[in-house]
Amino acid sequence: MSALLFHLFSVFTVACALGVVFNKNAVASALCLLLSLTGIAALFVLLDAFLLAVLLVFVYAGAVVALFLFIIMLLDMQGGNRKPFTKASIIVGIAAAGLLFTGLYSFVIRGHVDSPSLADTPAVGASLRAYAEQLFTTYLLPVQIVGFLLLIAMLGVIVLSKKFENLEDIK
Amino acid sequence: MSPFALMPLAALPDFSGFLRVDLNSYLYLSALLFAIGFLGVLLRKNTLVIYMCLELMLVAATVALVAFSRYNGTMDGNVFVFFILTVAAAEVAVGLAIIVALFRRRQTIQVEELNALKN
Repeated sequence: MSALLFHLFSVFTVACALGVVFNKNAVASALCLLLSLTGIAALFVLLDAFLLAVLLVFVYAGAVVALFLFIIMLLDMQGGNRKPFTKASIIVGIAAAGLLFTGLYSFVIRGHVDSPSLADTPAVGASLRAYAEQLFTTYLLPVQIVGFLLLIAMLGVIVLSKKFENLEDIK
Repeated sequence: MSPFALMPLAALPDFSGFLRVDLNSYLYLSALLFAIGFLGVLLRKNTLVIYMCLELMLVAATVALVAFSRYNGTMDGNVFVFFILTVAAAEVAVGLAIIVALFRRRQTIQVEELNALKN
């Protein structure tokens, strides 16, 4: 049952990720990203990381995608006239895609990690207590630093979105 | 005797190995998602969509971390994903503010028109 669910959700996630890349409309891309993140949250549930699944839905699907949609609405982009691809960009694109495919192919063929059995290993990530223990003992300093980072990010966003009147135009 | 007993079951391909889920399945999925995100970053011209694909790559990496954490029975990968989520939230806020500031100044967010540093 778990294997079936894994395949179901992974196909769903990959299909939605392809939707993000190949949709012409930015709003449809953002909604595909939302669905893809929901699929990844379901995979987290299959991996017994319940807190992370909920956090992913809250932070990404809730805040980040909403922010993306808000910015798309704010900027009101028109499709407009598209420039055709230049020759160099086509060559580089094909080369990069080939490199990517080769890397993935060799990863699937050669790379094989010894996988421990899921029944033998305890699901340590399932309980909130384990997170609290780690975050307040081993990772106490990173928690403080991340809190400070969020404060700096907030200040940075405020400064960035402020309008400066007497600033010479950089062209 | 049921009619199904006559079916040559041995002739059917064995899908049990294909359907078995282990650590490698999650790693393949993670790599595939990362590649799709990278393809989007290379292919798309809209800065916002490029940014969405970057987020996709970030989340693809977290899938591998959570899978490693689960299969090895350790907590560190999960805690690391916790921090990644926090940093990603801050990153999105700052990045979108930069994109809005860029749009305010240049009236476009298509990457081919943002070539002020070229030459």
